[in-house]
Amino acid sequence: MTTIPLLDLRKVSKRFTSSQDLVERFAAKLGLAPPVQTVHAVDQVSFSIAAGEVIGLVGESGCGKSTLGRVIAGLYSATEGEVLFEGKALKHAPGIRPKIQMIFQDPFASLNPRKRVGEAIVEAPIAHGLLPASQATEQAAKLLEQVGLDASYARRFPHQFSGGQRARIGIARALAVEPTLLVCDEAVAALDVSIQAQVINLFMDLRERLALTYLFISHDLGVVRHIADRVVVMYLGRVVEIGQTAELHDHPNHPYTQALLAEVPRLDRRNIAYTPIKGEIPSPLNPPTGCHFHPRCPHAMPVCAEQAPALRELSAGHWSACHLND
Amino acid sequence: MSLLEITSLRTEFSTRLGLLPAVDDVSLQVHPGEILGLVGESGSGKSVTGFSIMGLIDAPGKITQGSIRFEGKELVGANEESLRQLRGDRLAMIFQDPMMTLNPVLRVDTQMIETLQAHRSMSAEQARARCREVLVQVGIASPDERLKQYPHQFSGGMRQRVAIAIALLLRPALIIADEPTTALDVTVQGQILFEMQRLTRETGTALIWITHDLAVVAGLAQRVAVMYAGRIVETGPVEQVLNAPLHPYTRGLLDSVPANNARGQRLHQIPGMTPSLVNRPKGCAFRNRCSFAGEDCAVDPPVREFADERLVRCVRPLLEVKP
Repeated sequence: MTTIPLLDLRKVSKRFTSSQDLVERFAAKLGLAPPVQTVHAVDQVSFSIAAGEVIGLVGESGCGKSTLGRVIAGLYSATEGEVLFEGKALKHAPGIRPKIQMIFQDPFASLNPRKRVGEAIVEAPIAHGLLPASQATEQAAKLLEQVGLDASYARRFPHQFSGGQRARIGIARALAVEPTLLVCDEAVAALDVSIQAQVINLFMDLRERLALTYLFISHDLGVVRHIADRVVVMYLGRVVEIGQTAELHDHPNHPYTQALLAEVPRLDRRNIAYTPIKGEIPSPLNPPTGCHFHPRCPHAMPVCAEQAPALRELSAGHWSACHLND
Repeated sequence: MSLLEITSLRTEFSTRLGLLPAVDDVSLQVHPGEILGLVGESGSGKSVTGFSIMGLIDAPGKITQGSIRFEGKELVGANEESLRQLRGDRLAMIFQDPMMTLNPVLRVDTQMIETLQAHRSMSAEQARARCREVLVQVGIASPDERLKQYPHQFSGGMRQRVAIAIALLLRPALIIADEPTTALDVTVQGQILFEMQRLTRETGTALIWITHDLAVVAGLAQRVAVMYAGRIVETGPVEQVLNAPLHPYTRGLLDSVPANNARGQRLHQIPGMTPSLVNRPKGCAFRNRCSFAGEDCAVDPPVREFADERLVRCVRPLLEVKP
């Protein structure tokens, strides 16, 4: 294989440490302070994204999927490991930053309420010197039309839009700097079903028209199944399974993926008896030893509490981290 | 006889833009022990319907028309004291955010015992025993330690269980659950749905499950009512409504769910947006987005009845089953 993936993650970790206050630092000097608490939000994650691919990143709250998205978009820097974009390390090539754009769950939070959306959309390309200010109005209109909004909306303020329209504005804003990779963090989670369908269609149209690559972060396996080529499943900061979407849905290997898929309410399952897995996600401050999933796993063995299983390739492109495969 | 019978309920809010009917001409029945799914998108009036039943509509809102009969008693216009006696006792509500139920500065046992003693004359010891029993019922391990804790010491899923436990304390005849699992993770949602299913079966409590998620209703409910712009557009058994919807809106909703579309294909989408109550079209509120609409949709569509106790508010229902 000589082709360079668009994005390559190599053992990326992101740790958050609580900062010590004055008393704690003083106590630490004397050796009296409690140890500093560290959250391993993302732990040794490696995978790559090919150009034009749509990757679904799924997991429950606290699994580190959003943190990983932010590391990729360059909003956080990785504590360990490397993020390579077109073969170049992200931190050594600041010029490629506009090539990766992020779309957030709540676009209202990323829009200045006192700025007309037309100005907000072209703010970034002007700042990066990609667009002369004289063409701003024209470009804003073009971008709005690209996401299915009327060009006259450029004069409006963010509060004058509905949820679905705001989602479109968030997309237009990300597209303004002509990115190649879009990191969509729960971009459709807050939308009603009928509006969600419209926005998902927009994502798929844009992908074709602009040759975009997506990292689609979501807790909704139904949406991911529809849009993604490959799916990455995370649990407590680690990747537990990677596979082609159809393969992963039809033959999930990791017990967590199996449980996740079994729990998803589906339209074709009526009056079913739910048989839930036990317990909740443990705190990432104090994750279980060995395999993070073992306290909830129906197949847990003694080895699971001792050793963290490594990701192993089961069939072409299908990886799983579980001791049951040993 | 049905446990709850709502007839032509209308709840309006007075705003600067005039009177807005958040709920308009809603009629519903709930039978004892039944699970009814009340489905709709944001702004469709599903939560306001729930609040109306509980008597929790405050100014500027007001029930201006219709009746709500619960266990044979009329709730519309009932005095506040008789409603207070009913709420928490025969009628309970679970909210999306359990912190709406829980007081953050009181221990869980204080709040639970308070609820019991407000309705029954029992000693603190008897009350505590009942609290322990209910916590076990909703799947909380070591109830004795948990009772002594404050709400912030619980995780989101555990808090929702406590809220459900409080709703169950006095063995109500009807629980109204307003999006109780929307904010929870999939695996935790599965656990809560499992508990609710078991509890309604064991205690014979009826349940109105308000949600925007058709898939949850598919697995949980026996009957479903679909709301759009303040009105119920379709009611019927889950099986029939989801397999062969009669109203074009229900059909559109089902078609836009990713699971009902071939993978990677364009999703079916309903054009346009939900109308705001200010400029709701005359006649059928859905007609501007409906691909089956015609001239006759400009008048208010009557409710038509079909086999299997199905009701639909549409002049051109999708299947012409014998009325």
